[in-house]
Amino acid sequence: MSQKEYAIQVEDLTVAYRDKPALWDIDLTVPPGILMAIVGPNGAGKTTLMKAALGLITPAAGKVLIYGRPHLEQRHLVAYVPQRGSVDWDFPTTVLDVVTMGRYGALGWVRRPGRRERVMAMEALEKVGMPAFADRQISQLSGGQQQRTFLARALVQDARVYFMDEPFQGVDATTERAIIKILRDLRASGKTVVVVHHDLQTVREYFDWVTLLNVRRIAGGPVGEVFTEDNLRLTYGGRIGFLHAETAREKNGGE
Amino acid sequence: MDLAGIIHDLFFDYTLRTIALGSAIIGLVSGSLGCYAVLRRQSLLGDAMSHAALPGIVAAFILTGSKAPLVLVLGAAAAGWLATLKIIGIVRLTRLKYDAAMALILSVFFGLGLVLLTYVQRQPNASQAGLETFLFGQAAALLARDVIVMAILACVALAFVVVFWNQFKLLSFDPDFGKSLGLPISFLDVLLTSLLVIAIIIGLQTVGVVLMSAMVVAPAASARQWTDRLGGMVFLAAVFGALAGVSGAVISSSMAHMPTGPTIIVCLSLIVAVSLTLAPNRGLLWRWAGRRRSHRRLRLESVLADLYAMAMQHGDYQHAHEIGALNAVSSVPGGVEAGLRALENQGLVSQPSAGRWRLTPAGMDKVKEIIRGMEPREL
Repeated sequence: MSQKEYAIQVEDLTVAYRDKPALWDIDLTVPPGILMAIVGPNGAGKTTLMKAALGLITPAAGKVLIYGRPHLEQRHLVAYVPQRGSVDWDFPTTVLDVVTMGRYGALGWVRRPGRRERVMAMEALEKVGMPAFADRQISQLSGGQQQRTFLARALVQDARVYFMDEPFQGVDATTERAIIKILRDLRASGKTVVVVHHDLQTVREYFDWVTLLNVRRIAGGPVGEVFTEDNLRLTYGGRIGFLHAETAREKNGGE
Repeated sequence: MDLAGIIHDLFFDYTLRTIALGSAIIGLVSGSLGCYAVLRRQSLLGDAMSHAALPGIVAAFILTGSKAPLVLVLGAAAAGWLATLKIIGIVRLTRLKYDAAMALILSVFFGLGLVLLTYVQRQPNASQAGLETFLFGQAAALLARDVIVMAILACVALAFVVVFWNQFKLLSFDPDFGKSLGLPISFLDVLLTSLLVIAIIIGLQTVGVVLMSAMVVAPAASARQWTDRLGGMVFLAAVFGALAGVSGAVISSSMAHMPTGPTIIVCLSLIVAVSLTLAPNRGLLWRWAGRRRSHRRLRLESVLADLYAMAMQHGDYQHAHEIGALNAVSSVPGGVEAGLRALENQGLVSQPSAGRWRLTPAGMDKVKEIIRGMEPREL
């Protein structure tokens, strides 16, 4: 095996829910400093793969390494943006408070968030374009603002690997542009970003790497090499007619 | 009894002081911990735990033959725990959902408790007398010694809430994210649930297994109406719980044949009713007034827009029309005349002659503003 250090290394990962495999024998290596999309049909195990890599669910077999060490020891290097629908936005708290939660891991058990955490949270809110919302009750946010709040919370974690579960789900064009700019900034500073993504049309434009998943790993690598019609058909079955034009364009030159 | 007398007794009458202090402690602890139960959508868990405590109490008596509060409380806690584990087990191992599992365990345990209670009461041994007070509680039996135990347990529970404030907040808002940070979420979950068990068993003797869940849910639900911060909510819920506890104790002691536990719950219901109707922003009255305001505004705007549309058919925004014509095109036919009068008071329309209406220049500006407001905006 080469000595090159991978940001994420998944070996033989299998996850089962009630005897039914959700992920089957996944091997995956992700080099540092890239934007990678995980795509696949519903029920393909995209979120499961992400949750297993984060240590939120225990796999039946296999292991996940972050920068060469088991993922549970490397949690301080990992940030997470869950699906925004996974929490109750009527919870009694403010935007700034939610963003500050990103520092709870580094603060440990005893220390309270103070001035330093407040400054970091405000900087993150500025990056996502929401400094004016710091004291806003979170139930007053639009869907796009909720998403950007979660993104800001991950930014204050100051991690090296970012996992994001469908950050573009149901957001408006403004927010989508804001998010993609942040993803590119993260990549520019050497971070690795893994995104569960649904919109096949934008994979080529937004990401450098892609993993095609349908319980098994169908293909993975640089978008130019593996995001092909054949691989997509293997992943989605026959239901990808709309992609033909896209892949044809790629064949005739592309990037 | 007059107010001064009540206040005097509150401090100097042994029985009333003990009961009031005990009830205040119950309200304080169950109110603050209840916030987490409500926010985590586990309101029913408190109900299941307190009902499930009954067989534990009776079984503890059968096994030991003692009615010492500590023995009974340990039995209650053990049964509450067993019930919680069963609920979690059912959810994990079967296809039943959380609510069904709770309803099932609640009724099975409570039924078992009633069976055991009836069995014990049939025994010739007279020492069982008084166990049935755990059904609806009996505050009069509280001793200063019991209140001291309750106060110690309350301090422990509240200390945990303060020390693990951030952790409990994250556990309640976004447990998956907390786990990704490396927080021991399962441990925190068990800890918080155990504190809820403590809060419930503190109140069992006074309020009883049937009504105890109201002490968990009602203060939290009321407090949520008044504040948008977790700290404010926990504080207010504790205050509401304690307030209901003290007023219930005072009312029941100043009238004959008034049971303390149910009286506390009635006081709590009043707080809930006031909070649900009157609280700013979330209260029903507030929301109703807000809806009325926006209805009224929409009606006025629609009358104004109709007037404008009709006038522009003549190429002159000040062209006047009769009410009949406006009624014919309006989407709110009944409200046209009242709407016009209100608009006239605001100086947006005028009557050049009786029964004929036209826009004023200010009204025209308002129309432009409304049209601008209808265009799509940047979010």
